[in-house]
Amino acid sequence: MLRIQIIIIIASVAFLFLVFRMVVKGRLREEYSIIWLLFTGILVVFSFWEKGLLLVANLAGIYLPTNLVFTTSIFIALVYLLHLSVVASKLQKQNKLLAQEMALMKIEMEKLKEEKTK
Amino acid sequence: MMDILIIIPCFNEQASLPRLIADLEKVKLPEKYNLDICVVNDFSSDDTRQVAKGLNVTLIDLPVNLGIGGAVQSGLKYALLHNYDLAMQMDGDGQHPPAELPKMIECYEKTGANLVIGSRFIVKEGFQSSFLRRLGITYFHWLNRFFTGKSIYDSTSGFRLFDKKAIKLSARYYPDDYPEPESLVFFSKAGLSIKETPVVMAHRSGGQSSIRSFTSFYYCVKVTLAMFFSFIRKP
Repeated sequence: MLRIQIIIIIASVAFLFLVFRMVVKGRLREEYSIIWLLFTGILVVFSFWEKGLLLVANLAGIYLPTNLVFTTSIFIALVYLLHLSVVASKLQKQNKLLAQEMALMKIEMEKLKEEKTK
Repeated sequence: MMDILIIIPCFNEQASLPRLIADLEKVKLPEKYNLDICVVNDFSSDDTRQVAKGLNVTLIDLPVNLGIGGAVQSGLKYALLHNYDLAMQMDGDGQHPPAELPKMIECYEKTGANLVIGSRFIVKEGFQSSFLRRLGITYFHWLNRFFTGKSIYDSTSGFRLFDKKAIKLSARYYPDDYPEPESLVFFSKAGLSIKETPVVMAHRSGGQSSIRSFTSFYYCVKVTLAMFFSFIRKP
């Protein structure tokens, strides 16, 4: 086994463990953990199975297997970033709605309080 | 009887608010109009909240800073909830003189428009703002012409009168930051009629414009994009 393989295996297993722990502790929601678990899993598989990367690269018509790794990982990271922007937009929308509802509710509450003390 | 709600979005306007409210209370409107004032405190860091509490107004006190669009929309939601016939948006910094209010109402009565905009530029008097700002406003004029097919001169004006239909529509959707030009595209796509009437605006007596020089480029890009997407989007 190559030294780089061992390093990658250790790193990805450690990463996998980190993601697991965060989900268990409730700091990462399951739906966001799926993608991390999936791709770390793939990384682990390919770090054991050397020939696999070459095989897939050949299938895709990519000359250097490393290029396959870079292209796919950058693409996946981009898609995931877009997804996070969508999540942030949704949160902002919900946040605004909640703030407005709360402020309007506060007025009604004050009114009721005043009526009660009268 | 017609109920009008004056919506004043405020972000750090403790200095100018008391005078504005005093001026508003002095405004003479035709008999059938009943005027209520609603101050929206957009999570100011100064004493806007305490100042507003001491005045005879309804205070919408936002728990987080939503920006001008979210603040105005809160007021419009309040207007919808309490069944107001008209809602008038005006800045808290004294830029929009309450004395111009009757002109807006007059324009509404005459035209029956769903939205009346108080415009600085139809008749050129009073405060006309800086060259760059005027350049931007000219740009938006043409952009509006393109997107709404209407000739609106002061599309960035925050001095606006909403009727029931416009209130209902805005309570459902209203843009967040720099909302004025974009909402015009949205309104005209929804089939609302928009009219402009000349008003005289003053220099702001306190506070800061939400559009400052170093963000103005961003402002142009963002608003152009927002107007474009509003134009494409189904209402």
